[in-house]
Amino acid sequence: MLTFFLKRLLGLLPTLAIVAVLVFLFVHMLPGDPARLAAGQDADQQTVELVRAELGLDRPLPVQFGRYVLNLGQGDLGTSIRTRRPVAAEIGERFLPTLLLTLTSMAWAVAFGLVIGIVSAVYRNEWPDRLGMTLAVSGISFPAFALGMLLMQIFSVGLGWLPTVGAGSWKHYILPSLTLGAAVAAVMARFTRASFVEVLGEDFVRTARAKGLTERVVIAKHALRNALIPVVTMMGLQFGFLLGGSIVVEAVFNWPGLGRLLVDSVNQRDYPVIQALVLLFSLEFILINLVVDVLYGLINPTIRYK
Amino acid sequence: MTDTAPAATRAVAALPSGVRTPWSEFWRKFRRQPVAVLALAFVVVLVALAILAPWIAPYDAENFFDYDRLNEGPSLAHWLGVDPLGRDILSRILVGGRISLATGFLSVAIGGLVGTVLGLLAGYYEGWWDRIVMRLSDVLFAFPGILLALGVVAILGSSLVNVVVAVSVFSVPAFARLVRGNTLVLKRATYVEAARSIGASDRTILLRHILPGTVSSIVVYVTMRLGTSIITAASLSFLGMGAQPPTPEWGAMLNDARADMVSSPHVAIFPSLAIFLTVLAFNLLGDGLRDALDPKLDRA
Repeated sequence: MLTFFLKRLLGLLPTLAIVAVLVFLFVHMLPGDPARLAAGQDADQQTVELVRAELGLDRPLPVQFGRYVLNLGQGDLGTSIRTRRPVAAEIGERFLPTLLLTLTSMAWAVAFGLVIGIVSAVYRNEWPDRLGMTLAVSGISFPAFALGMLLMQIFSVGLGWLPTVGAGSWKHYILPSLTLGAAVAAVMARFTRASFVEVLGEDFVRTARAKGLTERVVIAKHALRNALIPVVTMMGLQFGFLLGGSIVVEAVFNWPGLGRLLVDSVNQRDYPVIQALVLLFSLEFILINLVVDVLYGLINPTIRYK
Repeated sequence: MTDTAPAATRAVAALPSGVRTPWSEFWRKFRRQPVAVLALAFVVVLVALAILAPWIAPYDAENFFDYDRLNEGPSLAHWLGVDPLGRDILSRILVGGRISLATGFLSVAIGGLVGTVLGLLAGYYEGWWDRIVMRLSDVLFAFPGILLALGVVAILGSSLVNVVVAVSVFSVPAFARLVRGNTLVLKRATYVEAARSIGASDRTILLRHILPGTVSSIVVYVTMRLGTSIITAASLSFLGMGAQPPTPEWGAMLNDARADMVSSPHVAIFPSLAIFLTVLAFNLLGDGLRDALDPKLDRA
């Protein structure tokens, strides 16, 4: 198991290297001169040159890259152009709200997705299945921003039950996490159903029934465990989707998280922040993929690689 | 459970009636799914509306202002109501559909084409080229589409063209993977071996023998991808990074509607419905195509 884990970890290095180079080159791909961007619109040529030297942008590319990696190692992500504060501080205070929002969304997306998927598979082609799958296909077709606006209109503006924007109390979490989790719940439901339908057709399920076990035991003990293997992988992959989705949902609910920080930074061309955020998001992704791989190996020993 | 009877009935039902070509076989299975047929009809109507939009839209989508009816709900003169600037919402949705469908089709076509070529070459030749392509698509694949798209927009600036570029880029790895997988299987098929043994060139084998074998999964994937691409493009416009006002793009219309949600929800509801129904139609059509083209399902 340890060798398997180490192998996967080593396998990440090339991906990490590619991401680091791409993120580094990001600034150099921006249209216009980053030094002028940093110095401001009205700065004269002399100031721009000063800023260029200060940012180290006058050095050769490989030297700049080395310094970039060195700074990263020391946790120095640069300074935000917009707020003049260290990027690490900017990100630090936005990290928790996004993490909590993502986890809440995941929790209820998994709960709803599994229940709908299992019920649909058990009552295949009957009305609970049709209802569940109609909900699921609607869920993947409804854009998050439209769903968010709709929910806000009904529950905050219309009924007045929940707050509209911000992240102050637990009540603030309900609508954004519902919005963000809807598509994931839908994907999970479809996936669970497919996986369950397949398992229910297996020989060992027939054997369990032949032994005279009740349908409840067959489903809960024999089918569930086997059907969940691919579902766990899917869950991990959907985390990535949640991170992306949070960008849109945070804009709708004015959520003080990383997604909104990214949108604001792109709008204001705050490239040190964009650079750091893209790097952070990529890292999260790579880590999630690793965790999924390892989980997969834990649940299903047959694929604990040759 | 004693469950042998349905198997027998299925065997009878599957008896050939006349000659069975892959096409008739597909059509037979597709026709049996009323939801998918309905979705196809809806998509055809959507495309027709999008093409005809400039001629059938009752008003000019950008430059007609009805100052007497600002924010008014649906009426005979304006079927879907009027927005806060006095523009006819129906006209804007019709013209916006043209934009959404065009961005969707274009980006999936570009992404699909590049991905298919990369996947064919990677699967057929394997070796270092395969490793590079797959490593790059792993990296691209790991990102959520919207993040990648934001990165592209951050570099190239906010515009509709850049949105198409961004959405194409994130379609590439999915197609490359799909086609590579199929190619790896197909190139070991007996008929491909036969083609090679009579001296067919790599080019002929790839284009005439392997590509047709993978077309059905490409078609299914294109359809599924269209929905996602339309949502992503609309999301970018919603964030203010795609279509710029006064362009009547659906996502941008929703963004505009946010300020007046409380007083005039219809301004937001109709564009939302337009996106939802369009994406739903593509997703249902994709499900139907998959069920009709997947040989595994015949046995189940």
